[in-house]
Amino acid sequence: MKSMLTAEARSVLNRRGFLKSAGALIVGFRFVGEPPARAQFGQAALSGSPPADQLDSWIAIGADGRVTAFTGKEELGQGISTAQQQLVAEELSVPFERVTLIYCDTALTPDQAYTSGSQSHPTNFNHANLALAAATAREALLKMAAQRLGAPVEQLTAAAGVIGVKGDASKKVSYGDLTAGKKLNLALDKNAKRKPVSEWTVLGKPIGRPDMPAMAAGQFEYVHNVRLPGMLHGRVVRPPVVGATIISVDDSSVAGLPGLVKVVVKKNFIGVVAEKPWQAMQAAEKLKVNWTAGSGLPKQSEFYDSLLRQPSRDALMVDSKDTSQALAAAPVTLKSTYLHPYQMHGSMGSSCAVADVQGDRATLYSPTQGVWYQRSTGAMILGLKPENVHVIFRRGAGCYGLNGADTVSYDAMILSQAVGKPVRVQLSRKDEMAWENYGNAWRIEERAGLDAQGNIVAWEHEAWTPGLGNRPGPATPGNVITGMLLGFGPAPFSPAAAQPPRAYNNNSNGIPSYVAGNVGGSVLGIGGGTGTVKSEKVLVHNVVSPFWTGPLRSPARLQNTFAHESFMDELAARAKADPVEFRLRHLRNERVIGVLTGAAKAAKWETRPSPKPASPKTGIASGRGVACVAYEGDNGYTGIVVDVEVDQDTGKIAVKRMWVAIDAGPISNPDGLRNQAEGGALQGMSRALGEEVTWDDQKVTSVDWRTYHSLPLGFAIPKIECVLLDRPDEEATGAGETAITVIAPAIGNAIFDATGVRLRQIPLTAERVKAALAARA
Amino acid sequence: MSAITLKVNGRAHTLDLDPATPLLYALSDDLELRGPKFGCGLGQCGACTAIVNGSAVRTCVTPVSSAVGKEIVTLEGLGTPEKPHPIQRAFIDEQAAQCGFCLNGVILSAKAFLDKNPKATEPEIQQALSGVLCRCFTHSRMYAAIQRYAVGQVHDLPFPK
Repeated sequence: MKSMLTAEARSVLNRRGFLKSAGALIVGFRFVGEPPARAQFGQAALSGSPPADQLDSWIAIGADGRVTAFTGKEELGQGISTAQQQLVAEELSVPFERVTLIYCDTALTPDQAYTSGSQSHPTNFNHANLALAAATAREALLKMAAQRLGAPVEQLTAAAGVIGVKGDASKKVSYGDLTAGKKLNLALDKNAKRKPVSEWTVLGKPIGRPDMPAMAAGQFEYVHNVRLPGMLHGRVVRPPVVGATIISVDDSSVAGLPGLVKVVVKKNFIGVVAEKPWQAMQAAEKLKVNWTAGSGLPKQSEFYDSLLRQPSRDALMVDSKDTSQALAAAPVTLKSTYLHPYQMHGSMGSSCAVADVQGDRATLYSPTQGVWYQRSTGAMILGLKPENVHVIFRRGAGCYGLNGADTVSYDAMILSQAVGKPVRVQLSRKDEMAWENYGNAWRIEERAGLDAQGNIVAWEHEAWTPGLGNRPGPATPGNVITGMLLGFGPAPFSPAAAQPPRAYNNNSNGIPSYVAGNVGGSVLGIGGGTGTVKSEKVLVHNVVSPFWTGPLRSPARLQNTFAHESFMDELAARAKADPVEFRLRHLRNERVIGVLTGAAKAAKWETRPSPKPASPKTGIASGRGVACVAYEGDNGYTGIVVDVEVDQDTGKIAVKRMWVAIDAGPISNPDGLRNQAEGGALQGMSRALGEEVTWDDQKVTSVDWRTYHSLPLGFAIPKIECVLLDRPDEEATGAGETAITVIAPAIGNAIFDATGVRLRQIPLTAERVKAALAARA
Repeated sequence: MSAITLKVNGRAHTLDLDPATPLLYALSDDLELRGPKFGCGLGQCGACTAIVNGSAVRTCVTPVSSAVGKEIVTLEGLGTPEKPHPIQRAFIDEQAAQCGFCLNGVILSAKAFLDKNPKATEPEIQQALSGVLCRCFTHSRMYAAIQRYAVGQVHDLPFPK
């Protein structure tokens, strides 16, 4: 049995003093590869995560000086584990290599809810949580050393895990000698001093990812590679069409198939368990199931219009209550409608989980972004106590949000419970793509007025978006398909009128960057927004989706920004103003201005209005486009400039170059940040140019890589130049969802610059470009 | 079920399998190799790639019976984290991955192509990778790594650090 973690985890627990001082804890769980030791399960370990206000929950210093850090923010491929390892090494003054990071295990790590929403960097790198724990530990060690060395703390220096006395090289003591591997028994200290950025030697450096060599050599353990003794393989049988339920299942259709262990039917959930993966796949394919007819789907070609006719739950985000009058009085008004399709996470590997449910206990290896909610909802599904469910994160293929990770975790648990043995389930490509929680579709209407000087005087934004389900929360397994098939449901939908907004919150980027952010009242003034336009209204209509939906990288922010930044370009063109200059005229936030001008400067932006004068009307036309965003209002900033070529005969778009300026506060790892900016920009380009969920009258039809169009490695990659704006005096913000948010409008704006044609529907396919060009004449 | 002998990374393994079983499951399940991965099961993404007799093969759609008697090389057959093969070294040096799930298909497809076409141009390499996916879109770094490997091969230079 291969296990990379057993020895490591054992030494970690040694370091933490569990083996010596808390016998109940070490026997409370077992690691991959160890045989079941039922009698050894202790209650203590599974009852809850280590308390987040206690230092020992975050940091353990071994007698050998090795540091183990425990965090609730996991590595999904975004590089955050490397940055967290740097953070701990920096704050504690130990070498990077001496830190081991353990993340997202419900028995071992503090409960930090989800790893999502660009929250890992702000949550753990500002003055709280992991950063504060490391700073608290450093101060505690200095105090201990002061006593040991008989010198005041002010005279001490710490480096490479050794504390010495200034001016006396003979006096020194190592961390390991100070702690002797014992717990520190301290609460996190809000007054603990952080290391100033100017003194950083580990943070802020482009340290390579420690997991990279194992990944490149094919030795990295993904959840797909977890193997338990006696483990079987499961496969699920999903309904053939949306809304179908089981009439009957014919077990005899698979009787005698080699390796088949069991057909499991529970309410509308069906799965098969076999000895080997291929046998499970064969059985799932051959199993005869009699399903009811489906509930039917709205016509895709009329979908965006149908949203207008649905009952809705409305929300007002800003309302100065004067936009109607302001628009009526404006000498020039513009209106545009932007359409964004459902898109999928489309993970490279279909989702996988391994569960071992025996009696009243369960262990789950899952790629979920929320191990604690997977524990509580998994317990609901299994009918077990949450404290008896142990969830251990193992990395899956990149998820970019709520892919099939949570639903397949339920699949594995239910099938394991049914056979009383460990079961590994990996979804088929089709089961992943037909039933995942898609990024929501959006219909967005923008209306604005310009005064005689071409300044924006009023802006209205009205959006419709369909939703169904979401991430599983503390008690909502019905937010994903397996939960629903098992009899749980998504939260019931109740239409409601909008309430007046109470506080400024631009978490969804529904509010354009260019408005003042007045949440209510008719008093015109500057609110919490990043812009200058005081007459403003943002209204969102939430309606019911026929498909499951959930967060997909930059959820809502990407779609809203596509509309805002495209419309801003339309307004600039109408005002005959340069798109960068026009944006600057309506911005008053230094950080948005910084990324906008940063990208423009790098691109050697030529100041002039769009479209480009004297652009050819046939053949290749080239143009440039710009866009920017304050992600979630204040959680990361990106500006982008792109150069594109439009083949006016075929409608094909070629993005030639990109300049991405990014500001995420103090830069924790410049190469990691660059990787996120590059990958985000290209992933956004794929979403902008080709990705769209499709369906017929009964079912989703984009169910593989022929029918869902992701740009492969074979496409001509634009040259990407990143401008990293270091902000050592600001708070750390999110980074991974910013570049993807601005790329689609920048491409659309560049197409306009090249051709004078405005595209308002994603994806910007060659057919749509060609049709728009044909209508131009 | 029948006894099937496969030569993988230089070693012979005899397995009891249905001959129609795709090669992928023999590699990833029976032999517990971590390089080849199930991505789509349809031969559309490259995650399951192995090099069989010098050519990149999609093992999720290749019956195990057709691989008998052939030299099968998986990603772990090239090098180790401590002593990576030059193309693996190039990917590590360029930090050319995010989640890393696609690396198997990208590295092996590029290696098999470049070994046969050491003087390939960038468009030719692109063409060779036209059916390989990376959903984190680490594309630019991957091409930098592939170029680094290709240059090292053609000119027989010591590998740049």
